[in-house]
Amino acid sequence: MKKYQLGEFEEIVMLTVGVLYNEAYGVSVKKEIETRLSRKVSMGALHTALKRLEDKGYLRSFEGEATEERAGRPKKYLQITALGKRAMEYTRSTREELWNAIPKIAFKISG
Amino acid sequence: MKPTPRPPHLFLRFFRWYCNPQLLRHIEGDLIEIFHERVTQQGARRASRQFMIDVLLLFRPGIVRPLSLQQTLTPGYMWKTNMTLAWRNLLKGRGYSFINISGLAVGIAVAMLIGLWVTDELSFDHHFTNHERLMQVMMRQSNQGKTYTGVVIAPNVSGPLRTEYRDKIESVALVGWNVDHIVADGDKKLVSEGIWAEATLPDMLTLEMVHGSRQALRDPSTMLICRSLAQALYGDINPVGKLLRLDDSQELTIGGVYQDLPNNTSFGATRFMLPWENKHNWITGVTTWDDHVCSLVVQLAEGVDRAQLSDQIKTIPTAHIPDWREEIMLYPMERLHLYGDFNESGVQDGGRIEFVWLFGTIGAFVLLLACINFMNLSTARSEKRAKEVGIRKTIGSVRRQLISQFLTESIVTAFSALLVALILVQLSLPSFNTLAGKRIILPWGDLNFWMATLGFTLLTGVLAGSYPAFYLSSFKPVKVLKGTFNVGRLASAPRRVLVVVQFTVSITLIICTVVVFQQIQFTKDRPAGYNRNGLISVPIRTPALGKQFDAVRHELLQTGVVENLAQSSQSAASFGNNTGIEWRGKDPDEVIFFFNVTISPEFGETIQWKVKEGRDFSRATPADSSAVIVNVRAAEIMNLQPSPIGEVIKHGDQEYTIIGVVDNMVTQTPYEPLKPAIFFMRGWMGTITIRLNPQVPVQEALAKIAPIFNKYNPSAPFDYRFVDDLYADQLEAEQRIGTLSGIFAGLAIFISCLGLFGLSSFVAERRTKEIGIRKILGATITNLWHLLSKEFVVLVVISWLLAIPLSAYYMYDWLKQFPYRITLSWTTFALAALGVMALTLMTVSYQAIRASLAKPVNSLRSE
Repeated sequence: MKKYQLGEFEEIVMLTVGVLYNEAYGVSVKKEIETRLSRKVSMGALHTALKRLEDKGYLRSFEGEATEERAGRPKKYLQITALGKRAMEYTRSTREELWNAIPKIAFKISG
Repeated sequence: MKPTPRPPHLFLRFFRWYCNPQLLRHIEGDLIEIFHERVTQQGARRASRQFMIDVLLLFRPGIVRPLSLQQTLTPGYMWKTNMTLAWRNLLKGRGYSFINISGLAVGIAVAMLIGLWVTDELSFDHHFTNHERLMQVMMRQSNQGKTYTGVVIAPNVSGPLRTEYRDKIESVALVGWNVDHIVADGDKKLVSEGIWAEATLPDMLTLEMVHGSRQALRDPSTMLICRSLAQALYGDINPVGKLLRLDDSQELTIGGVYQDLPNNTSFGATRFMLPWENKHNWITGVTTWDDHVCSLVVQLAEGVDRAQLSDQIKTIPTAHIPDWREEIMLYPMERLHLYGDFNESGVQDGGRIEFVWLFGTIGAFVLLLACINFMNLSTARSEKRAKEVGIRKTIGSVRRQLISQFLTESIVTAFSALLVALILVQLSLPSFNTLAGKRIILPWGDLNFWMATLGFTLLTGVLAGSYPAFYLSSFKPVKVLKGTFNVGRLASAPRRVLVVVQFTVSITLIICTVVVFQQIQFTKDRPAGYNRNGLISVPIRTPALGKQFDAVRHELLQTGVVENLAQSSQSAASFGNNTGIEWRGKDPDEVIFFFNVTISPEFGETIQWKVKEGRDFSRATPADSSAVIVNVRAAEIMNLQPSPIGEVIKHGDQEYTIIGVVDNMVTQTPYEPLKPAIFFMRGWMGTITIRLNPQVPVQEALAKIAPIFNKYNPSAPFDYRFVDDLYADQLEAEQRIGTLSGIFAGLAIFISCLGLFGLSSFVAERRTKEIGIRKILGATITNLWHLLSKEFVVLVVISWLLAIPLSAYYMYDWLKQFPYRITLSWTTFALAALGVMALTLMTVSYQAIRASLAKPVNSLRSE
């Protein structure tokens, strides 16, 4: 049984939100992922993921300031919830377990 | 300075349209922020392109707005609440609900009756299993550019069909006409319609046998009877093998009993079938090619193309008939009933299908009227509920809930109407059947019927409820509750248009009905050329009666209740038998048919015809057996100068001298122009015509006549018809249309007035306060009445102006088919208009006067 559901992209988004700490909102998350992982992130993919994470209760949001370059639209800042943290830890530990379970010999790949 | 670039407007709007409102502001902010960044980094064009791509990529589930923003936690409960509310609203406005439901119920009932009738007509002759392969062989005669097409056929044409086309035609059956016969079992005597038919017919019609076999007609002394006749004669026992006496002249064995054929088949009236090869079937004696005496039905083999075969057999009779061109053709039997009329060029042209269309249209219109009522009343009433909508919305109802509530209400009303309509139809079916000459029952078990009915009712409910549901629910609560909201003049515009439509249809129907009745009366009053009053006609069906006519006559005259009586070939109301004759100076190429009537010398005196020239037949002059009398029309056609009297004409091989000319008589359908007729004294007699003594009451006279007939003709029941009834029979079709359209027109105007009544009471109610204030300021009742009625009267006048050209056009068209017809007069239109206007005023005034009589104190005090 899956206790916590976190897809690969969702995990990246969660981690980035953590990295940005208090500065995490749509555009900053997008830029952070793009620079750190050097991959393109579309607004569509990002916002769907954000909404899904919020619906699952892994993220919570609060409204921030409205700046001029946003034509008066407020920013939506994101924070990791306790449930979100547990989900991330769970994902991480399962990864670790898998890593540890790999026999050493498996990495002895010729060439 | 360069203006700051803006994101592509169209795409921004598109995004705003589809985006979930909860997410909209943030994402829009993000989009704009990135856009501006890109503008500085990459330039406006690339930024715009990126923006478009972003917007398109954002169009995905999760971002797109959900179809409904609310989540229903208790859907069943909402449904229940809606039903309760609908029920309460129905009860609250009892008057409106009554008008609404009864109007719609009448509309649905009419549509349902007409629908059943139309279905019945359209499925005519579809009962037979092989109905698609059953063909009527029809005859077409062409002469001087005119073609006559009919089902009466010379039996000879069946010969080649049996032999040369055996591979394409499975079976062939010559069939006689439905004629009254007397069937008797001992003392039980019945007059029933039956046909002479070839033995193949029962198989072709796939008769369902209760007892015995379909093959029974192969034996010339056995017959088939239908179940209801068997029931009437023998009760429930199996009558196969019993003997039935036919027309007091022979006995036939019952070879089988078949399930009665449905009324909507060609053989619906047939109650028994007689063997073709029987010696009493006079048709078997006909051997000439130009004697058209019976009908011919064939069943094609599987997969045979009708048109092709029809072309091949076309010329079978042509070579045998020198005087005119005659051909035959195959026509699907199931089409004959509805598409049975052919014009003078021999092309199929109309038929009963026109009535199906006519009544279908009427039904649709009546239903439309009822739906309009329903809609008008629901919308008018719903305007009063604007405040309710406002409060509901303030409390937290969302649009979807309001929509579903209004829809539930109107659907509940529609289904109540359906229930009432079903009861109405069930109750009125018997009388409708009598009127329409049908045996229709409500198909309670038919799935299609239910689907159509329920589907339609649902549609009506949704349509009628859609205006309040979608329009009212869109109101802004603030506006409505503040009172700045005004329904306005525009809101009632569609309602006015609908009222005009209603009244246009109603007035058109009324004018048409009046014209139809005028035409019927006009033809009824057509001078007949003889005196129909007190004439009865008794058919001669047994040889006994014909042989003893002189004795019967003597005895009847002695009773004193009979003034005179005579024999003739047909009753005076229905001459027939077309004959060609030759006279001096006749154009040899011309073929003109004359009615050929055999009469006994007293006939003229009995029916009281008028001799114009020469003299009547006389018993005292034996030479009269080779004399003839012609009518005025015949004399005109022959145009014998200086006088037709004494001229010799040739009929067949015999020569006759014209001794008299009598006035034209209306003797067939009264719409037709007068036809030429020739009266002979020797020949076959089929009817006795009796003139009753006008001094004696009819019942008393009949009571004295009956025993004499029973004495001389013991094997047949005394069966008579009044000649004016026989004459009226020929007006039956038109009478039927008249009565039915009269009823429908009445219902249409009833429904329309019902709607008007509802609307006017609604208007009066809404303007109570206004009326109160006007009264205080000194308005009189007449003022107020004028104020409240004017609107509707104007609408009716408009409808009237629309209805006049419409009905004039259709009636002119309808009347054209009758050579003997009325001319449309303005008084008809004016009278119809006045009548409708009076009705409207009465309907509207009731409410108007009631409103203006009310005390202003009451209306102004209550808030």
